Amino acid sequence: MLLILCPYCGPRAEIEFRCGGESHIERPGPYSEVDDGAWADYLFTRKNPKGEHRERWLHAAGCRQWFNVARDTVSHTILAVYPMGKTRPPTEAGT
Amino acid sequence: MSDMAQPNRLPAGGAIEGRVDRNRPLAFTFDGKSYSGYAGDTLASALIAAGVKLIGRSFKYHRPRGIFSAGPEEPNALIELRGGARREPNTRATTIELYDGLEAASQNRWPSLAFDILAINQIASPLFVGGFYYKTFMWPASFWEKVYEPLIRRAAGLGRASESPDPDHYEKAYAFCDVLVVGSGPAGLAAALAAGRSGARVILCEDDAQLGGRLLSERQTIDDAPAHLFAAAAGGELRSLPNVCVMSRTQVFGAYDSEVYGALERVADHVTAPAAGVPRQRFWHIAAKRCVNAMGATERPIVFGGNDRPGVMLASAVRTYLNRFGVLPGRKAVVFTTNDDGWRTAADLVAAGAQVEAVVDPRASVDENLTKAAAAGGVRVLLGGYIVNVTGGARGVTSAIVSVAGKRQILTADLVAVSGGWNPQVALTTHRGGKPRWSDALSTFVPGDLPDGMTVAGAANGDLGLAESLRKGSEAGAAAAAACGFSAAPAPQPRAEDEPTAVAPLWHVAESRHKAFVDLQNDVTADDITLAHAEGFRSIEHLKRYTTLGMATDQGKTSNLNGHAMMAALTGQAMSDVGTILSRPPHQPVAIGAFAGHHRDRHFRPTRHTAGHAWALENGAVMVEAGPWLRPQYFPRSGEKDWLTTVVREVRTVRSVVGVCDVSTLGRIDIQGRDAAAFLDRVYVNTFSTLPVGKARYGVMLREDGFVMDDGTTSRFAEDHYVMSTTTANAAKIMQHLEFCHQALWPELDVSMVSVTEQWSQYAVAGPKARELLMQLYGPDVDLSNDALPYMGCREIPLRGIPTRLFRISFSGELAYELAVPARYGAAVLEALMALCGALGGCPYGTEAQSVMRIEKGHVAGNELNGQTVARDLGLGRMMSTKRDYIGRVMAGRPALMAPDRPTLVGIRPVEKGRRLTAGAHILPGGAAAVAANDQGYVTSVAYSPTCEGWIGLALVVNGPARHGERVHAFDAMRNNDQDVVICSPVFVDPEGVRLRG
Ligand SMILES: [Zn+2]
Repeated sequence: MLLILCPYCGPRAEIEFRCGGESHIERPGPYSEVDDGAWADYLFTRKNPKGEHRERWLHAAGCRQWFNVARDTVSHTILAVYPMGKTRPPTEAGT
Repeated sequence: MSDMAQPNRLPAGGAIEGRVDRNRPLAFTFDGKSYSGYAGDTLASALIAAGVKLIGRSFKYHRPRGIFSAGPEEPNALIELRGGARREPNTRATTIELYDGLEAASQNRWPSLAFDILAINQIASPLFVGGFYYKTFMWPASFWEKVYEPLIRRAAGLGRASESPDPDHYEKAYAFCDVLVVGSGPAGLAAALAAGRSGARVILCEDDAQLGGRLLSERQTIDDAPAHLFAAAAGGELRSLPNVCVMSRTQVFGAYDSEVYGALERVADHVTAPAAGVPRQRFWHIAAKRCVNAMGATERPIVFGGNDRPGVMLASAVRTYLNRFGVLPGRKAVVFTTNDDGWRTAADLVAAGAQVEAVVDPRASVDENLTKAAAAGGVRVLLGGYIVNVTGGARGVTSAIVSVAGKRQILTADLVAVSGGWNPQVALTTHRGGKPRWSDALSTFVPGDLPDGMTVAGAANGDLGLAESLRKGSEAGAAAAAACGFSAAPAPQPRAEDEPTAVAPLWHVAESRHKAFVDLQNDVTADDITLAHAEGFRSIEHLKRYTTLGMATDQGKTSNLNGHAMMAALTGQAMSDVGTILSRPPHQPVAIGAFAGHHRDRHFRPTRHTAGHAWALENGAVMVEAGPWLRPQYFPRSGEKDWLTTVVREVRTVRSVVGVCDVSTLGRIDIQGRDAAAFLDRVYVNTFSTLPVGKARYGVMLREDGFVMDDGTTSRFAEDHYVMSTTTANAAKIMQHLEFCHQALWPELDVSMVSVTEQWSQYAVAGPKARELLMQLYGPDVDLSNDALPYMGCREIPLRGIPTRLFRISFSGELAYELAVPARYGAAVLEALMALCGALGGCPYGTEAQSVMRIEKGHVAGNELNGQTVARDLGLGRMMSTKRDYIGRVMAGRPALMAPDRPTLVGIRPVEKGRRLTAGAHILPGGAAAVAANDQGYVTSVAYSPTCEGWIGLALVVNGPARHGERVHAFDAMRNNDQDVVICSPVFVDPEGVRLRG
């Protein structure tokens, strides 16, 4: 029962959101210059950290906006919430 | 003492009279017999008042059991509450508020509670020792299912479920606050007052119907007045504060991530049945910035021989029955306590007029105020003493055998009050992984690491004194409010005393030679612990699973610590090393119905209706689920013998005259912006930037791994405005995909999109007379000629002031249009269309006819877009742009996906004319053995084609396009339908597309 601070709607219950997996994954391109390994990484290779994980969430039953969440996979604590395309802002707690 | 009906009710006006409402008598039944109690009673207190001692039979041994506690920790007095569909097993008599007409029944007895044949299990008890599941019944293996398990299930069990659908409904609700206070004992009330007075938004949850916790059960004073008056006044003040919400009958059962707490409000459990429109229970998610956990403590029993007999009761529960309910659980009592607190029970019993034979305390010396007070009440004091056995039977306790310095004496008694000390309620502090800490001073676990935002106050934190609880509660409440930015001038502390609470640990009376119970609900005995130790199941996690200690519905609230301490004594470990079992939420049982809320039956997933739903039903449509929607499947007419007859008639009518089909369920997405065209070029394999305004184009979308995701027609209404259609099933998924592509991959594109599926109703009008029908609808001023609206054209045309969109697109292969109108006009436009259609000799058609016609035309649908096909497999490879990048482009180019021998779309016809085809049949070369190695593909869709006058099918076959005309075998062992088929073009009707351009 995470409470997620949607950057556009405020704190809302987890049931309204959908997790889209790891964030900050760039789509490779231009396509003619990208080798198979880079495509395989883009499609299939994911971190599975114990600790802070940066992931994409969609406020599916709300504003329909995607945004980034930095979440601790051990404690489930949400460390930061920030818009797509931005880097994780520093917080008191850490990086 | 009192009236005949309630022989154990203390008289009104006595020194102790309780606080039930004697002006409101309530009638109830237990095992069919009528009794009476008063408003304010629990079922347990009313049964005690009535003199009922035997409440149930135990789980394994069918031992007679009575009422052991006065709260939610009750392990014994489990009953079936209510009857019929509302029958609820294993409810605790100690937590059920009495209401008029309450029906309760004992459980786990046969044929009756007083005479229970299976009490023979006590004699066969060697069969039921710890680990009995794993040993006694292991051989022969074949006996397990047929003999042993049914036998055990009948012999060892609890209540019966009703097996009928739950007639009540349950709500879910969400609340947000600054400070959540859990529990309304002295610490909780003080915390809520401190936080509430500061202006913070406070929610106070109390499991009981009344606020006060132990204040309702003790003869203590606060500010020189009875403590329960303090509770009433505090409740009054809290309810008067607009920023405070007091929720009684609400148990907080779990602490979850993000400082969200789960709570269950019993809205209508204290009445016969919920009033109309009222839920039985409400399931709350409470998001609290801070939480003051003041859940209090649970008294710990002591393990000794016969400690399960009806009449053995927790010492604090005895005080609750006296002081709160005014009922006398026994007339002749022995108090067995290891701590100062237990002595109060002797004093209260004496004050209530009962005889107390003795206080037995294993300690060699105690505070002399205690012994003096006991002596003044005529109570013998047996220091250094133990109860080694309690005798009695179904009628309750008859005597206690006490050992003092090796000498035994028999004390006649009908009540044995027991206290081994107090265990703080640590559950909420452990739900997020916190580990409790052992306290030598209290001989119990106290909260250790706390979850974020939580503080613990009062007895829950091991602060057992009243004054200390009030002070610590007040401090915790003020600190919690301050953390949320609220402060208030400190109020004067209420005056109260800290009564003595010294305790010496005693878990088990080792001298006992009779069955001594550790876990009353699961019938785990002291011998079971010894056996588990002897057999090597020594860690508490192994002990739990081997003996089932703490695994009953009470989660070991009165048993875990004693069991773990006994194991620690056997292994020689310190309790701080042994640790304790971490409990998981829910802290108390929660009905599955409450978790489900309204999400049951048809409400689990709402069914969606199009604007034409009512019209379809009125016209006899048979409906079918399509994604979340209901759609007309076919429209049978009287005299048609089966669905196929109807569908054949519908297809023939469309192909020869005209038909109308509701296609409103197709997903529609409105896409606008300067970069709308560029955006579509990146999500479709084919190009949409070149699509002229006023034109529609069929498009195919891939997943990034190269496989086909969806298809549909997208139309351009302006340079910067497109309307996309998706399949019905994928509408939500495609919307999410597009939003992801825009927001995560290409946020620089100036494009916006919104789902408009529900905003538009859309009707396919198909058949040679389709144009004629629409010309009648729009009137003579609108030009619908081939030049004005050619094949794949689209236009916005007003219809009597209503904006409509007309698309010249065809799924059926006929001259066809799709007419879109705002959904609020959908029903009216459908009626108008159908009136004109009928007059022309046309008919409505459903999804079956639509499907037949798309197979006749070789159009792919869900069966072919199955997530395993690439565009080339479906004959759509030439649509794929070679000039630019788009989602899935690179991966679709993987060699295996480009291989020419991939199964590719073809048509098939049976060799034997009139033979039925079946989808799912596998294609084998003629004469080849039916083994996987010879598999060359499979049949995806089949239909009886009225146009071809025979069965036709679509299939994915290796090298398919090169094999038109080849005879192969369709193997369908599942449905016994093997047959030879001929491969052909997938387009069976009008391959040149003459009709749709007509
Ligand atoms: Zn939002």
